[in-house]
Amino acid sequence: MNSKKSIRKKEFHGTAGDIIFDLITWIFLLLAVIVCVYPFIYVLSVSLSSGQAVNQGRVVFLPVELNLEAMKTVLNYKQLWISYGNTFFYTVVGTTCNVIFTCLAAYPLSRKAFCLRKQFNFLLAFTMYFSGGLIPVYVVVTKLGLYDSRLVMIVPVLISAYNVMICRSAFEAISEELFEEAAIEGANDFFILSKIAVPLIKPTLAVLTLYYAVARYNDFFSAMLYISDSKKEPLQVFLRRILLQASMEITQTTNLNMGALAQSTIQVRYVCIVVSVIPIMIVVPFVQKYLVQGTMLGAVKG
Amino acid sequence: MPNKKKTWKQLLYRDRYLLFMLLPVAVYYLVFCYLPMTGIVMAFNQYQVGSGFAGIYTSKWVGLKWFKQFFGSIYLGRLVRNTFLLQFYSLIFGFPIPILFAVAVTQVVRNKNARKVIQVSTYLPYFISTVVVCGMINNFLSPSGGIINQLLNKIGIESINFMNLPQWFRPIYVISGSWQSFGFNSIIFVAAIMGISPDLYEAMDVDGANRRQVIWHLVLPSIRPTIILLLIMSLGTMMSVGFEKVYLLYNTAVYETADVIQTYVYRQGIQSSNYSYATAVGLFNSVINFVIVFAANKISRRITDTAIW
Repeated sequence: MNSKKSIRKKEFHGTAGDIIFDLITWIFLLLAVIVCVYPFIYVLSVSLSSGQAVNQGRVVFLPVELNLEAMKTVLNYKQLWISYGNTFFYTVVGTTCNVIFTCLAAYPLSRKAFCLRKQFNFLLAFTMYFSGGLIPVYVVVTKLGLYDSRLVMIVPVLISAYNVMICRSAFEAISEELFEEAAIEGANDFFILSKIAVPLIKPTLAVLTLYYAVARYNDFFSAMLYISDSKKEPLQVFLRRILLQASMEITQTTNLNMGALAQSTIQVRYVCIVVSVIPIMIVVPFVQKYLVQGTMLGAVKG
Repeated sequence: MPNKKKTWKQLLYRDRYLLFMLLPVAVYYLVFCYLPMTGIVMAFNQYQVGSGFAGIYTSKWVGLKWFKQFFGSIYLGRLVRNTFLLQFYSLIFGFPIPILFAVAVTQVVRNKNARKVIQVSTYLPYFISTVVVCGMINNFLSPSGGIINQLLNKIGIESINFMNLPQWFRPIYVISGSWQSFGFNSIIFVAAIMGISPDLYEAMDVDGANRRQVIWHLVLPSIRPTIILLLIMSLGTMMSVGFEKVYLLYNTAVYETADVIQTYVYRQGIQSSNYSYATAVGLFNSVINFVIVFAANKISRRITDTAIW
């Protein structure tokens, strides 16, 4: 902490050149922020404006003629909530299983005395560099009867080898003496893992939970391949229909004439984006400090 | 027991809890990673849809038929070119931006909270799903009511149907990819720059160095190992384009520049049920990827002493 402070305290006796340099850099940074944030503000503003204002291209930054019609239409559409509920289920159950099994994989692989450590580590790393490919995986998953089962959103994506490696290095960083003492006291590995090792790597687990949760929340690929029943479809599949396949299913439910229908289509799409992005927008700023740790973990795992 | 080595049996018994923990994990990898690897044999036989699980191994052997078919088709060149170019342009265009951004945000922004706000807002896009990102691209660029074309119209340019013009696919893919990831990718460089000792800054200051000299002679040299490591690691992904984004953005009108190996495998295998042919094309891709990652790792080990394995 001390070191960072002293960098900042350092008085900057700038030359004219430095001032221009700083100015240009600030403009560059502001541009970067605008480029990242503006699309979301625009989408939000369109979804809160009147259909007419949107159609005439008058919405540029803030909402014009505040209007909640499009919002209401979307929020009243049942399939949105069905898919949202499914995604919630897949995310919560999926992430929980992801983290548990990642720990179960990483802990034995981190124990230096473990007799099959080398072999299992190799088998794990190998899967990161070579895979059977899409078709053999597809055949195996469908032949297992997982097609159109809720399990297909959880089981085939149970463990990520990369995350196991991050978790493994966190366990490896724990002092060996702690394990030895516990073993002498007669604790078995399940006890050591759950009562000693896991509590010590909480920050790492927070990062892994975030990575897994975002992956489960955003998972579109598994659903596209294996889910056809709309009662089980996750949010991303629903979004794809609305945003990219020009599905009129939501606007059809309202009694609008053709003109109004065309107007509201783009608004309905933007409302869907808003509704789906909100949970992520809320979570990410709060986990910022873990993110920084997380990427560092990834970098030092070698 | 100094001289007495334990037998395997004793070792396995001693580690029984660890083995028990690994059991579900091992089953997972066996079923979802290694079993599919044996399914590669489909690339050499004539698997028929509906011939069941055993059919993977017992279908009629055809040798290299599918590979010959693929190598003789017009697709080979197009798919390899598109796959490579999408990744290559993404790297050329996308790699420097996080470094520039990290240098800018650490050297110029003094206020800690301002820095946080800038950083958080730039890595928000990273966490947005591919579907939503593609949905935004598609709707922003739409010729009917998309904001980009509205702006173009205002300055007197006619609407462009971006999503249906092959020459626009690569720029759209590369720019949106960079937009989504530059903030997140900068985190590691920011951390590396924060690790530079303040004494070094002070020494530069005493010598009367200006901002550009500090960046050029202190900051960039200090993060060079990180830059090289990440560059080599991204070289390893040269032939593996993310399937989802291409699949969600492309359409038949832009196949010429957009179709990549993965999307072709999907169309051939899942949509047209040519399982064996698609497995062969997929295997071709897997082998190339493996060789590239292996080479990248070798180079990495030689240059930076840091290997991925």
